[in-house]
Amino acid sequence: MARVGVFVCHCGLNIAGVVDVKKVAEELIKEKDVVFSTTYAYMCSDPGQNLIREKIKEHRLDSVVIAACSPSMHEETFRNATRDLINPYRLEIANIREQDSWVHESKDATEKAIKITKATVEKVKSNEELEPIKIDVERKALVIGGGVAGIQAALDIADAGYEVILVEKEPSIGGRMAQLSETFPTLDCSQCILTPKMVSVARHPNIKLLTYAEVVGIDGFVGNFNVRIKKKPRYVDIDKCTACGDCEDVCTVIVPNEFEFGRKPRKAIYIPFPQAVPAAYVIDEQSCLGIAPLRCGECAKACEADAINYDMQPEYIEEKVGAIVVATGYDLYDKNNLVEYGYGEDADIITSLEFERMLSAGGPTQGKVIKPSNGKEAKKIVFIQCAGSRDKQHKPYCSSICCMYTAKHALLFKHHVEDGEAYIFYIDIRATGKNYEEFIARVMEEERINYIRGKPAKIYRQGDKIVVEGVDTLLGKSVKIEADLVVLAMAIVPRNEAKDVARLLKVAIDEHGFFKEAHPKLRPVEAVTRGIFFAGCSQAPKDIPASVAQASAAASKVIAMFSHEKLEKEPIVAMFGDACTGCRTCFYICPFNAIALDSKGKAYGIEALCEGCGVCVAACPVGNIKLPNYEDEQIKKMVEVILE
Amino acid sequence: MKKKIAMYWGAGCGGCDVSLLGVHEKLLDLLSVVDIVFWPCAMDFKYEDLEKMEDGSIDIAFYNGAIRTEENEEMAKLLRKKAKMLVAYGSCAMEGCVIGLANLYGREEIFDAIYLNNETTSDGKVPSHELPEFLPVLKTLDSVVKVDAFIPGCPPPAPVLEEALNALLNGETNFLANVALCDECPRRDSKPDKLEIKKIKRWHAVNDDGRCFLAQGIICMGLATRAGCKAECITANIPCTGCMGGIDGLSGTSTISAIASLIDGEDEEKEKEVIESIQDVIGTFFKYSTAKLLPYGRVKDES
Repeated sequence: MARVGVFVCHCGLNIAGVVDVKKVAEELIKEKDVVFSTTYAYMCSDPGQNLIREKIKEHRLDSVVIAACSPSMHEETFRNATRDLINPYRLEIANIREQDSWVHESKDATEKAIKITKATVEKVKSNEELEPIKIDVERKALVIGGGVAGIQAALDIADAGYEVILVEKEPSIGGRMAQLSETFPTLDCSQCILTPKMVSVARHPNIKLLTYAEVVGIDGFVGNFNVRIKKKPRYVDIDKCTACGDCEDVCTVIVPNEFEFGRKPRKAIYIPFPQAVPAAYVIDEQSCLGIAPLRCGECAKACEADAINYDMQPEYIEEKVGAIVVATGYDLYDKNNLVEYGYGEDADIITSLEFERMLSAGGPTQGKVIKPSNGKEAKKIVFIQCAGSRDKQHKPYCSSICCMYTAKHALLFKHHVEDGEAYIFYIDIRATGKNYEEFIARVMEEERINYIRGKPAKIYRQGDKIVVEGVDTLLGKSVKIEADLVVLAMAIVPRNEAKDVARLLKVAIDEHGFFKEAHPKLRPVEAVTRGIFFAGCSQAPKDIPASVAQASAAASKVIAMFSHEKLEKEPIVAMFGDACTGCRTCFYICPFNAIALDSKGKAYGIEALCEGCGVCVAACPVGNIKLPNYEDEQIKKMVEVILE
Repeated sequence: MKKKIAMYWGAGCGGCDVSLLGVHEKLLDLLSVVDIVFWPCAMDFKYEDLEKMEDGSIDIAFYNGAIRTEENEEMAKLLRKKAKMLVAYGSCAMEGCVIGLANLYGREEIFDAIYLNNETTSDGKVPSHELPEFLPVLKTLDSVVKVDAFIPGCPPPAPVLEEALNALLNGETNFLANVALCDECPRRDSKPDKLEIKKIKRWHAVNDDGRCFLAQGIICMGLATRAGCKAECITANIPCTGCMGGIDGLSGTSTISAIASLIDGEDEEKEKEVIESIQDVIGTFFKYSTAKLLPYGRVKDES
């Protein structure tokens, strides 16, 4: 005979505003085996939790039902709060908020709350007392992506004394931040503040840096991921290369430099940018002649360090790690999608990142602001914010950083070209970070930038000018600006490869391709799948401080995980009986590879891998698989109560 | 003392009565230990003969066929009274079998199709004179009287029958295999390492390569159907259609959830296409168990 206590939460007015919580408690006490019921304003508060504890002791309760918000919110809170009094699996949540009060308005909501709670009482009565499963943890982390977020996460974990493998697909770490000129709002030189961190990564004894490499396979589970990494052939031994540049001098192949968005040439053997880490050359096998050495081979002859090896093959590395931080970064939305801005085909219409390179002293123009079409100094620039962002036709979300960097662009432009004129088309100015609003005010007032509220309607070329037509919606007047250069603050989108990484990790991405966090407010840096964390723009557009903060947060989660002797795992895992006939249905469909076959072809579960999704339970044609506390009989009883 | 046995046929095809012969010479062993006291199919017995017997005087009564008419129901109740042990013999008595598919239709529709409007009938009329009432739905034996044991199969295959008769004559009622057909399937080892059904094919449209039928995209219910038949159909290169009944509930519902989880059409639209390509869902998955699936017949569409 169970002794069940029912605790109904008001959740302020969230529940009590719609559901008659008193009535729920009154109805529930009439149920068989329910020996106590009550309501409280905020069950999750300290006094609320104490109330539950007191009543468990007073009424010798062995089961508890809390009618409140979603179990994904506070199930753990309540189970932890009562762990020393009752088995955690004898406590269940009846969700009468998300599944009731938030979606209904009428009186029926109370009726529904009663039914949900009664059904949960029915379930908890036959719940087994379970103990968590213990699993080992490999104290080594994998960080995917070597931008500022990945760098920060790797450094933090490594500094805590744990090994880190940092995988970057480009020949150098640094990511987008390495391409920026100055950073808002302090106008620090981006490269100058990033380079020391990049060097720290290279020198850190706990970090194994794998550049020009990609993760190609991941299996396993929290604490025990098996990772397969492909190292693309660089054709240059990074340990021997001294970055003297002799090879580059003799190379005869000239191609556009991707780092400069093709606005500067590079050789087939190149170093992506002077501060690159590792400071070593790389051969681009697509354009190199020497991969067929009989045709060229000049660089190998010129290399005194003997670092060049045309016979390098892709190398596959297997690693076992306990946690994974995903920091795959961002890309810009393709300007060719913007039909309204002439598909961005005109040479004098460029993206914000191209403008960053133009402003950079190391960039293609050594910091001169020019019209790409004729190389002359640009005197008049139109900046267009929200190019592709906040636009249902393109990306509906705010890209978060464009207001700030566009202000920075305008300011830097005025510093470079003192008699220049800058116009900024904007929808709203969003300057929510520390000192951001002040920065915008400074740009507007001191630099005399013309802010025009509105989106340009038409952009076209007239002679050597780009004409931008639009409406200043504050003045209600149409404007027409003949500009030398137009800079589009393009929407931020996830890297193309992010979806491949998501597939490998079996984690969810949202409708725009950003990684989906376990909870938008309370678990913003972790995936639903345990042991996987997110940092930087892979999760959503964000600025450098936010990326660094999220990276440190992800790192601290990893460190916290590694500080445990063993990890605990939910014991709700598929249990196999002995009626298996070897039809393999469960084996085929298990999304976590948690089912194996014995020598007789019969299926058994691997509990460390099982996530308790229950797919196999539903699919097993002979009813041989059970999920504890989700048994058919329990579910049938719950349905019966609901249909009463 | 010889055991007294009875065999009666309800609504069935007669195949069950014949199936007893399937045990071949073992039938002689059987006859040496039993007295047949009632078997209208094989010997001349009348209703009155049975009625006169003492209650509980028959040791084992086998009832094959389903309950379709008042007469079937009355005989089932009478046999129950006269027998110590009542056994549902064959798929009709156990699950309603093929004729249970009639529960998809109402009485009028059935009469119309049989007696009035079909291609071989002209000027038809529904017989009514002094005939037992045709029940609104087809019932299984256990929905009318208490049943002590079930012998599945359409008709019960010889290996199942042998096992069952031996057990029953020793007073045991728990003789069914508790595993599904895959367990004894000769094609089991040809199951692939990964199985994703991208297209459902019909058996006659495939050049059978001898592998597991599911791997070839052919619906086979062996994964949910009780073993014991020694995979007679599969041995003859015909997929299992589920006559032995399910292990865990109806074999049809179990097979549907298993096959549905194996379908991989890349996206939801394509998966829907694959599912819709299954011809005659009820006839495929509930060929033998519609009477169990719809014990009250088809629920009238209220809209």
